[in-house]
Amino acid sequence: MTSLFEEIHEDAPADVPTRRVRITVNGQPRTVEVEPRLLLAHLLRQGLKLTGTHTGCDTTNCGACTVLFDGQPIKSCTMLAVQADGHEVTTVEGLAGPSELHPVQEGFKDEHGLQCGFCTPGMMLAAKALLDENPDPTEDEVRWALSGNLCRCTGYQNIVKSVLWAAAKLRAQQA
Amino acid sequence: MYPPRFRYEAPRSIDEAISLLQSGGGEAKVLAGGQSLVPLLKLRFASPDLLVDINGLPGLDYHRTDADGTLRIGALCRHATLEKSALLKASQPTMAAAAKLVADPIVRNRGTLVGSLCHADPQGDWAAVMTALGGSVVAQGAHGRRTIPVSEFVTGPFQNVLGYDEIAVEAVVPAAKGTRAGGYLKLERRVGDFATAGAAVALELSGTSVVRAGIALTGVGGSTINAEQAAAALVGRPLTVDTISDAAHLASQAAQPRSDHRGSAAYKRHIIATFVERILTQVGRGSAERAA
Repeated sequence: MTSLFEEIHEDAPADVPTRRVRITVNGQPRTVEVEPRLLLAHLLRQGLKLTGTHTGCDTTNCGACTVLFDGQPIKSCTMLAVQADGHEVTTVEGLAGPSELHPVQEGFKDEHGLQCGFCTPGMMLAAKALLDENPDPTEDEVRWALSGNLCRCTGYQNIVKSVLWAAAKLRAQQA
Repeated sequence: MYPPRFRYEAPRSIDEAISLLQSGGGEAKVLAGGQSLVPLLKLRFASPDLLVDINGLPGLDYHRTDADGTLRIGALCRHATLEKSALLKASQPTMAAAAKLVADPIVRNRGTLVGSLCHADPQGDWAAVMTALGGSVVAQGAHGRRTIPVSEFVTGPFQNVLGYDEIAVEAVVPAAKGTRAGGYLKLERRVGDFATAGAAVALELSGTSVVRAGIALTGVGGSTINAEQAAAALVGRPLTVDTISDAAHLASQAAQPRSDHRGSAAYKRHIIATFVERILTQVGRGSAERAA
């Protein structure tokens, strides 16, 4: 069990009630004791040390904290960790094994889909959710699906190329 | 940013949720999609003692029509569900046009239509759409259910008429008397930004004549604006260049925009007139083609 209490709220009085949350993260069942106000993004980053999930704007705009919640992309800065009780969460660390790359990751590498890399985990998870639902998206559909994720470096051009690259690779793998 | 401390309960039935709200005595908030409430908590604009998370309540994620054509949208029906809905595409043009413009695609996976109505942000899309459609909200409390027209449900910016122990369980759109037509247009600087201005137009047509009209405006006043005079100018008439121009002008007059970093008041009024004209012109073209 991971205790988050001291790590995050050092000033908290001892009688603050916590709740036990059972959550599957990247396929692994985890049990954590959290204060209800803890955000899912903070549970992932500070509690479970999965720092691939970035917190950018912290105001539900930028999408850097995007994770998959039961397969659907959500902004983890805008969900309480207690709400994930009984649910499955996939972070960028769960896209592929430690020594391999998911086709979406390969696409970003091959097509130079990142510069500073801050938005990349959220972009890749939003892209994966798109490709799970629509294996052969048009450029417009890719742009639409990524419109909740902000990038300040690339101008999006290479991100869109990366996702289309990944779509083609995944289709070739299925064929 | 961290929200302030609160107690958290995840009830398994509406009755349990209502009794939790009663125990909260006005210091409790309902958490559904959380895409407005969680940011408000983080910014410390809201600091409830108790959060009642209704996401675990069974059977509230529906949207369906009754035999008579009444559309019902449950409190846990997400924007993304409405965006992908074949039912809306086939029978609710104003809602279908709005569903894909709410916030951004990731937020749409969590946020709910009913929650958006409750939040009553003057820049919320659904309040304008539901006002134009003559929709209502069904509230459930300890003493049963009551149905409140959206135009009365929203009383001001971020204000609604729900009692502290009531939950908005569904939104309702009445059955149409004619063929539905209309649309929703919104100007935003980028996806997910608050609206600079938006217009919802909901018509019911008999042939080329308008039998019912609703026009409501987003983001151009302290609350959602019901442009009743603009809508009335269309009823009983066909859509012509003149009637369209009258309605567009009246809608822009009903707007109460303020100049801000998104644009001047005059600019926003102009946007409203343009949007209403654009939607009506498109509807007029469609109905003329069907009649031909």
